[in-house]
Amino acid sequence: MIVDVARQITAEKIIPQRAELDEKEEFPTEILRTIAKGDLFGLYIPEEYGGFGGGSFEMVLALEEFAKGCVGVATSFAASALGAYPILVSGSEELKEKYMPVIASGEKWAAFGLTEANAGSDASGIQTTAVLDGDAWVLNGTKQWITNAGDAQIYSIIAITDHSKGPRGASMFVVEDGDPGFSYGVKEKKLGIRASSTRELIFKDCRIPKERLIGRQGTGFFTVMKTLDLSRPGIAALGVGLGQAALDEAVLYAKQRVQFGKPVISFQAVQHILADMAIQVEASRALVYAAARHIDTGTKEISKESSMCKVMATDMAMKVTVDAVQVLAGHGYMREYPVEKMMRDAKILQIYEGTNQIQRNVIGQALNKEYSRS
Amino acid sequence: MKIIVCVKQVPDAKDVRLDPKTNTLSREGVESIMNPFDRHALEAAVALKEQYGGTVTAITMGPPQAEETLRDAVACGADEGVLVSDRAFAGADTWATTYTLAKAIEKLGEFDLIICGKQAIDGDTAQVGPGLAQRLDIPYVAYARKIGGCVDGTIRLERLMDDGYDEIEMAMPALMTVVKEINEPRVPSLKGKMKARKMQATVLTAADIGADPDQLGLQGSTTRVVRVFSPEFSAEKCMLTGTADEMVDQLLNKLDKLL
Amino acid sequence: MLKIDVEACIGCGVCEDTCTFGAIKVEDGVAVVGETCTLCGNCVDVCEVGALSIDQVEKKAAAGLEDWSGVWIYAEFRHGRIAPVAFELLGAGRKLADQLGVMLSAVLLGSALGDSAASLIAHGADKVYQVDNPALANFTDDAYANVFEDLVREYQPEIVLAGATAIGRSFIPRLATMLGTGLTADCTDLAIRAEDGALLQTRPAFGGNIMATIECPSTRPQMATVRPLVMKPNSRDESRRGEVVDYTPDSARLQSRVKVLRSVKEESDELNITEADVLVAGGRGLESAKGFEMVRELAGLLGGATAASRAAVDSGWIPYPHQVGQTGKTVCPKIYFACGISGAVQHMVGMQSSDTIIAINRDEKAPIFEVATYGLVGDIFEILPKLIDRIRERRTGGSNRG
Repeated sequence: MIVDVARQITAEKIIPQRAELDEKEEFPTEILRTIAKGDLFGLYIPEEYGGFGGGSFEMVLALEEFAKGCVGVATSFAASALGAYPILVSGSEELKEKYMPVIASGEKWAAFGLTEANAGSDASGIQTTAVLDGDAWVLNGTKQWITNAGDAQIYSIIAITDHSKGPRGASMFVVEDGDPGFSYGVKEKKLGIRASSTRELIFKDCRIPKERLIGRQGTGFFTVMKTLDLSRPGIAALGVGLGQAALDEAVLYAKQRVQFGKPVISFQAVQHILADMAIQVEASRALVYAAARHIDTGTKEISKESSMCKVMATDMAMKVTVDAVQVLAGHGYMREYPVEKMMRDAKILQIYEGTNQIQRNVIGQALNKEYSRS
Repeated sequence: MKIIVCVKQVPDAKDVRLDPKTNTLSREGVESIMNPFDRHALEAAVALKEQYGGTVTAITMGPPQAEETLRDAVACGADEGVLVSDRAFAGADTWATTYTLAKAIEKLGEFDLIICGKQAIDGDTAQVGPGLAQRLDIPYVAYARKIGGCVDGTIRLERLMDDGYDEIEMAMPALMTVVKEINEPRVPSLKGKMKARKMQATVLTAADIGADPDQLGLQGSTTRVVRVFSPEFSAEKCMLTGTADEMVDQLLNKLDKLL
Repeated sequence: MLKIDVEACIGCGVCEDTCTFGAIKVEDGVAVVGETCTLCGNCVDVCEVGALSIDQVEKKAAAGLEDWSGVWIYAEFRHGRIAPVAFELLGAGRKLADQLGVMLSAVLLGSALGDSAASLIAHGADKVYQVDNPALANFTDDAYANVFEDLVREYQPEIVLAGATAIGRSFIPRLATMLGTGLTADCTDLAIRAEDGALLQTRPAFGGNIMATIECPSTRPQMATVRPLVMKPNSRDESRRGEVVDYTPDSARLQSRVKVLRSVKEESDELNITEADVLVAGGRGLESAKGFEMVRELAGLLGGATAASRAAVDSGWIPYPHQVGQTGKTVCPKIYFACGISGAVQHMVGMQSSDTIIAINRDEKAPIFEVATYGLVGDIFEILPKLIDRIRERRTGGSNRG
């Protein structure tokens, strides 16, 4: 049923608009409202907060469908979940009750603020600070390349609350659009996912109520790691959906394009490319579904599985979209066909929510840990 | 506000193709869908309900499998579905159809507004809306493209005309048919789909609606099909030849039946 | 209900092959009828062993059908002019009336009708029933239907024809229901059956994939709406004479529960290209914005919408919402004119499922001709203006051509 709803939105709303949204670098406000009306923003949110009560697997199914249409749109949708997870994972009951229902209904969108100019893969470089002043936290600093920034209303951000404590000196906060001292930078111009918006979050003596602290002080990194563990299969699902869409386009084209008097799909050179694409898409899907089910069992050990599926599915998406352009050849290179956009969109999947190199570090560390236990 | 939406299950027209060998409609793999215009009627009804409160009842006349269309309607915001179904209804023309629907609607009780799509894509007659309004003796406007709002038992709307549009005020209870321009039908929601899965349509038979058997189905129809045949396509492809004048002449002759 | 004589049925399957609706199937050697049966009777006709029958008591024809006589057409009048379809109906009605040997009359409803009646007579009407009343200045379904009903009941025509326009399709069904008679919508052909003078009404169904001929056996009048541009108008003949009957309806019958607050005329090019029945599309071959104007003109004449290939959109002759193809919209009109469009794959994927495709292009090797129902190879600047002129002549009914 989730797939039905997501598929219909993709077919009727996303696909007809994707080229224009990409061309104009336009945020898909209307499409996100449609997704909200379809009750999909609350898929992963428990029923007591107005959600559907699903888990990772439900999110993966929806994201895969959206990504078949447009990874830019799907990213905007996924980023709201990324912004909501910290509150869900570590937030107080009050924060959950305040924010989860509006995020679940899609009335408000969320975003996640981690990256800074000097803190990308190395999160310890964070320079944004939060200082308690009476009943308020005062935030100073700048977050960079934040998805949904400027379009979302609720932001989960990380800031240093105690420099002396190293990794235990960071905490997460909820900042709302319109908070005093909170503003956005200009919209970034990107290679792909141009329907999504990316801006800076700028905090200048931004005062927020004390209660907006997510979890206990000093647990910021823990929350971030937990959040990313939960969200990575979603990014992997974007890779699967994108790979599938590229494969679909390539096969349809190959059946219809005639060269040397035959459809090009009858040439082995083309068949083999398509076959390899299909193998990779299917294998990635299997791994992503397995990882999502593993997470949904409730186990705590999820980092490795989460990272593995992210690496595999997003590397696959990059390769398969490049191959799709090759199959469509000249036509594929033109903006008239959707595969060049797919190829541009694929690249970010290997970069955001932890580069695929960082993911391999995570997997390596987990293996090390796992094997030292026995 | 109590709103009734008339919906019809139709074969998805873009899939219906004539089998050149047998001259029959190839229906293999043809999906049944809710008549596309009815989706707009439903959306208009649900939007009015959201604005003014009330209920939306989807009603359809058809074979038992037409219940699927009522499920779609519930998934898209209707509160309940009514299936008017009986073998006695088979072969109904629009005259017998409006009789049956009017009887069923009377059975359902009071209402404020009936909304229909401007026509069904299988029959294309556009007669059920106006015929139904006459049977129920209520005012009626065709081709509504915009709803202004409801005040004191009246509804304001714009109707599309061949040369422009008219602004209309109509006393309710009333009936209107809508064109696609009126709105963008919503995609069914997850909660709607779950509700639809559990939905039990109210089934009304000829006996339930107290219908006069002489007025139903083929028996009650005022028109009769004499012959069904395939349109003559002179050739699949035909290159016209001659001077520009001659080609235009030939073309106009060919198009006579179409334009 | 379709009856199957199980004893007689030999399971030959002829009925199954004949059924347009896929409603009858041979299972275990015997025909079985399903829910989609529309009782069209085709299977009954082809069954060689007479195993099929449709159970129907012949409806008793209402007494005195023969008291109804004459052919009427509804002459739609709006915003001070007679709709062109009225003249086309007069053309078709004239033939029917002559064949039946009866009078042809027009019904003219409205306000400030001027000398419209004279023009109807010049185009073939023997008689015009007119109601010129301010209450009819704006079209409302109930007032128009009420007045028409009174006229029909008083003068009892055997046939009533109307244009399948927004107005005709809106109130004629209501009128038919008031009169308790049958109505066939959107007819493309009308004929009189020689044996009994019955009106045979032919219309397309399922988007034109099948045609059905329909009769109205037991009630009168026999009513039909006719698509505009199908029938040919007679040429205007000022010497024709006819009678004008001014009819005064009961004032209560002019009351409407529907109020028209404002009636606005607007340009029709706003038509969404995915909804139009007729699309006229132009491409690179039109060479300039000025050339493209011809496409707009033809679309306007045919009551269709204007579409374009990407080349025309990129050249700025028409905005993007009109683009058909891979990066534009997918359309499926009844008729698609491709004017000066070569037919790149990207364009064809957006329009190839149109019912009828007419391609006009200079290059006979252009791929568009592969999908065209009718192909015209030649100079677009010669063919298109001729086509426009000829269609305009027919629309106004003012030419000497039949």
